[in-house]
Amino acid sequence: MEIKRGSRLRNFHQAKWDEEIIFELSNEGERGILPPETDSDIVESVGGVSSLLPKNMIRQLPPNLPEVGQMRVLKHFLRLSQQNLGADLNIDIGQGTCTIKYNPKINEQIARSQKAAEIHPFQDEDSVQGALQIFHQMDLFFREISGMDRFTLQPSSGSHAIMVMASIVQKYHQVRNQEQRDEVITTIFSHPSDAAAVAVKGYKIITIYPDEDGFPAIEALKKAVSDRTAALFITNPEDIGIFNPRIDEFTRIVHDAGGLCCYDQANANGILGITRAKEAGFDMCFFNLHKTFGAPHGCGGPASGALGVVKQLEQFLPVPIVDYDGKKYFFRFDLPNTIGKVRSFWGVFPVILKSYAWIMSLGSEGLKEVAEIAVLNNNYLLKKITEIDGADSPFKGGKRRIEQVRYTWEKLYEETGVDTHDITCRMCDFGFHLWSSHHPFIVPQPFTIEPTESYSKAELDEYLDGLRHVVEEARKEPELVKSAPHKSVVHKIDESWFDDPEKWAVTWRAYLKKHRLKKKKSCEDK
Amino acid sequence: MSEREKPTHPYIPNSSPKVKREMMREIGINRIDELYEDIPERLRFRGEMNLPRPLRSEQELRSHVEKILSKNQTCEENISFLGGGCYKHYVPAICDEIIGRAEFLTAYAGEPYEDHGRFQALFEYQSLMAELLDMDVVNVPTYDWGQSASTSIRMAERITGRGEALISDTISPDRLSIIRNYCSPAMEIKLIGHDRDTGQIDIDDLKSKISRTTACFYFENPSYLGFIEEHGEEISQLLHENGSLVVVGTDPVSLGVIKPPAQYGADIVCGDIQGLGNHLYFGGALAGFIATPDEERFVMEYPSRLFGIAQTNVEGEWGFGDVAYGRTSFSKREKGKEFVGTAAALWAISSAVYLSLMGPKGMRELGETILQRTGYCIKRLKEIEGVAIRFDSFHFKEFVVDFSKTGKRVSEINGFLRGEKIFGGKDLTQEFAELKDCALYCVTETHSKEDIDKLVDAVERALS
Amino acid sequence: MKSCGLIINPIAGMGGSVGLKGTDGQQILKRAIEMGATPRSEERARCCLMVLSKIKDEIELVTPRGSMGEDLALECGFKPTVIGEIARGMTSAEDTIRTARLMKTSGVDIILFAGGDGTARDIYTAVGRSITVLGIPAGVKIQSAVFARNPVQAGEIAMLYLKGRITTHVEAEVMDLCEQDYRRGILNGELFGYLKIPHERNRLQRLKEGSSKEEIYEQEAIAHHVIEGMSDDIIYVIGPGSTTSMIQKKLNIDFSLIGVDIIGQRTLIERDVCEADLIKRIEGRSAKLIITPIGGQGFILGRGNQQISPYVVRKIGKENIIIISTIQKINRLHARPLLVDTGDSDLDEYLSGYYRIVTGYHREIIYRVAS
Repeated sequence: MEIKRGSRLRNFHQAKWDEEIIFELSNEGERGILPPETDSDIVESVGGVSSLLPKNMIRQLPPNLPEVGQMRVLKHFLRLSQQNLGADLNIDIGQGTCTIKYNPKINEQIARSQKAAEIHPFQDEDSVQGALQIFHQMDLFFREISGMDRFTLQPSSGSHAIMVMASIVQKYHQVRNQEQRDEVITTIFSHPSDAAAVAVKGYKIITIYPDEDGFPAIEALKKAVSDRTAALFITNPEDIGIFNPRIDEFTRIVHDAGGLCCYDQANANGILGITRAKEAGFDMCFFNLHKTFGAPHGCGGPASGALGVVKQLEQFLPVPIVDYDGKKYFFRFDLPNTIGKVRSFWGVFPVILKSYAWIMSLGSEGLKEVAEIAVLNNNYLLKKITEIDGADSPFKGGKRRIEQVRYTWEKLYEETGVDTHDITCRMCDFGFHLWSSHHPFIVPQPFTIEPTESYSKAELDEYLDGLRHVVEEARKEPELVKSAPHKSVVHKIDESWFDDPEKWAVTWRAYLKKHRLKKKKSCEDK
Repeated sequence: MSEREKPTHPYIPNSSPKVKREMMREIGINRIDELYEDIPERLRFRGEMNLPRPLRSEQELRSHVEKILSKNQTCEENISFLGGGCYKHYVPAICDEIIGRAEFLTAYAGEPYEDHGRFQALFEYQSLMAELLDMDVVNVPTYDWGQSASTSIRMAERITGRGEALISDTISPDRLSIIRNYCSPAMEIKLIGHDRDTGQIDIDDLKSKISRTTACFYFENPSYLGFIEEHGEEISQLLHENGSLVVVGTDPVSLGVIKPPAQYGADIVCGDIQGLGNHLYFGGALAGFIATPDEERFVMEYPSRLFGIAQTNVEGEWGFGDVAYGRTSFSKREKGKEFVGTAAALWAISSAVYLSLMGPKGMRELGETILQRTGYCIKRLKEIEGVAIRFDSFHFKEFVVDFSKTGKRVSEINGFLRGEKIFGGKDLTQEFAELKDCALYCVTETHSKEDIDKLVDAVERALS
Repeated sequence: MKSCGLIINPIAGMGGSVGLKGTDGQQILKRAIEMGATPRSEERARCCLMVLSKIKDEIELVTPRGSMGEDLALECGFKPTVIGEIARGMTSAEDTIRTARLMKTSGVDIILFAGGDGTARDIYTAVGRSITVLGIPAGVKIQSAVFARNPVQAGEIAMLYLKGRITTHVEAEVMDLCEQDYRRGILNGELFGYLKIPHERNRLQRLKEGSSKEEIYEQEAIAHHVIEGMSDDIIYVIGPGSTTSMIQKKLNIDFSLIGVDIIGQRTLIERDVCEADLIKRIEGRSAKLIITPIGGQGFILGRGNQQISPYVVRKIGKENIIIISTIQKINRLHARPLLVDTGDSDLDEYLSGYYRIVTGYHREIIYRVAS
């Protein structure tokens, strides 16, 4: 279907290099880089591998790595990068819950400096005062943002922070001889890790499902609490974008039952400076620095989770925390009931540094503005998307949504047979990501949009034009949508390979063993 | 002079008054606060967050942050002999070049269509590591070695249905702490001792502690303390006869010259790829790998993502996706199947570039030169009066220097070395009771002969 | 070469268009035709076949003669293998049953049938769970879970199944409404049995959320959880369903898939009880009731477990009701509540509220039950 020239939609085509797997580029003798040679005096003094390793520990056959010249390695990976749609290149509002916003390049530049990249975690404290200052300042910043009393920057991600909170909960009850508390309550629209990461610590999970308006009911919570309740783990606003206005009642009920309240603030982007963990009654909370606080996602990491607790829980935090005595910054390991370590060393420093710079650029007024505009953008899209015939936002609770919305293509699917996955694939053809939802799907045919504060109105309108165009195609040329993508890097992938132990191949050598050698064998049989 | 109207922040385009008004009009609101009308007043934060004055100009921001960072002293300005899980290896320029590309840096969770590049890069990472480790399945990395060891041990629990993990007592204390937290309350942990002179695992102790409840034995090779464990095969046989699994943590940098654990019986191998093309970053550039054979019983237990290759509906075209696993039979022991989320993918892409550049010869040459430089440093330090090398075994990259006969504490010696712009080895006094006044020294390919000679000379003077 | 059977119930759906509810029974059917009703199921089946025709050269299509399949197949470009003989004119349930049995013995890989609950009931009578089937929705009464969402989807699932892209199955309920009640506007369903349909796996596998597990795995997990919590001094009344019968499977005791069983001290007390015997058994004993939603609408009482009468429920007590369900079933409700319809509206009202539902091993949810 032709793109109407009045629309903002692009006649896009993604780069397609048909690039082989690196092993296929191998040529015997080619070298990509040379390590330094050993000084001849040293060689004379100590000899070679055979004198420096026990015989039975010497690697006999070299690893079967490819041999590729330097320029070709560069070219290969650059081509792969061209076949990837980073947020810097597109209007990345279609990866809802991920909070894909602008990652300022100045922060990248700062983080690349030697003063950030070439410091060792075991250096004396006096030689890394700059790094420790950043850690400590972030602790103070997050206390202001959340109302909690002390933060650790040690967790390696949001999900990791959830596991850490669960560990603290466990230690807390252990110290009070309340080990019969083996149940944790969460909601189905909180992040899946609020169940999974908690279960690692052996807890039974009770998940509250919402009523038809989208809110989890107080009655439901009352059914879930008991003297076995260890804690509540909840995201608010939840992944569908609705803010639970009775959250303080929730926390009160759990406190009355003797449990702790843990706040997953993965969805903080719309409420910075608007509402805080403290006033809602939480004992702990965490933030995702690689989402809300402007550090890049890096294809899936590195990440960082800033975890905060109220004063009484400080004793359980992982060690060390960073303190300041007026003159210098230093590590403190003396937390009486610490859960120990959850990550080697101190935290994901490059991510923490970039987030520090991001916060310093905005200040308190700026953070509030981030939230307000993110919510403005989201509600603007809510209006426009629900005007598209075939799309709807289920759950009618609340007048507004906060920073994201989970929509449904159910009506379009009923009418045309085109489903959410098909639309996602066709959106690729215009340079867009479109994500459905965490599993399991409770909203049928879901898609989740989270604009954040980073994109201009013109860009939001371009994305809307994309959605409208694909919806129209679903009605007029459904086959085109169902067989998409057509202008992306590859065509429809045969997913049956991924479930079948006979077929799946997680590495090139596994692929060769299962598919190439087998083929050869059968050819030889003929 | 008129007041400068507050400019729109460059990161928030729609906060510009004109567009903001337009959008508000479209939604039908007069004040921004109406957007929050669902939040009751009692939950509204009406105060001010007490954050520093913002630095809205990029110039001031940069200046401010660089000023803070300038208080750091780096391992470029000083010669560092620190290791212990974070290593100064050379990072090729192309590694930084590739992971600095916006397309990789800012991508996240797109489909294997528009994000094909990311899937292929990580598939190649998995494949390159597989060759180094000599195993057929490698995961998309988790947070660090501590996490990958913890998950490997829990995988062993799920696979064997047994609840006890035996762990060598010479592993990194930090990793032991991480493992203890992650594996409780699901598992019991028992420590296995070592020979005081060689550091090697005490096989008799191991024999006495293996039981029908043993899921696995976890040890590190090379050890956290730098020596090479030579009895891997014997250990593996013992464990396998008992129906238990062998989990080994290793340093991939060593595997160009040292036998990979799979070749002496390891079932699950884990470790960290920071040394393969990633900077120090104050310990922030870690990424933990897990590798196993390509058998359903292992593959089904990974909580991480596994990217697999597949055909598309066009002949000869390749695509990628998540290898999912359908569980067909439920086992009660799997309380908590663990979780997966954002972890450390970008560092894996850098390692993929690194291994592609190094190739088999590069990895071997690297391993050899590290062995030689380490050997040279050991030899020279041994010659100093009062200084001893603690464990009588072969070493790779790290070794324990015993200063107890010198009459000086490690902290004093390191203090002196600081004055020479040298970072001495990590003080092990707090970590191991038997290693009072010992330090863990690390030598890599980045230490020249001059650097090592300088260290030896400085230590001599520190002790005189 | 894979083969696909196709059976069309040409009279299904006719009643609806002229305001009649269903066409079971020759009387009603005659009435419908008199009123001008025309066969609709052929039209729905055509939509499905058009999708399937994409692979018409790769599969063998097996059909009955004439209006039950052959005619349409030829129209859609297939060269069908025709089996069996049927009387010309109005076809009957016997024709469906006979043909389905023939298809099974001739070894088709899947039977597609176009019709409604009545047709599904006939297919069940013919082949039970011995062969994979899938329904093309064409009838007025569609309460059974054995049908695809629409004819196009039926064609797609069948195609994927024949191409080997779908390899797993799920058991789906065959429901049927009591004819007379239905015509009087009373919905009073009955669980008839279970058919085996292809499990359309969700294509968006995101390990971040946990793998897509087989429903049977979930059922095993639930059973383990329930068994762990059982006491020896309580007897358990187990309602119909594959999730509930998994409990007995795990205990290695006998069960009835669509009937109500009673177990105690991990052994079978009585299998497939009627209401009277059930009342006798629970008299004077501590009893708990274990039930699971039946059918796609989410009924936990009143759709195929009528033996569990209002009297029985009151005797056992609301606090002794254990609801179990796979999470897949719950999510298909798309946040609509579970339902009770015991016939006693006071009881229904009393039973409404929030319940803890077992959905896995050490996993429970809080979900609303409404009347």
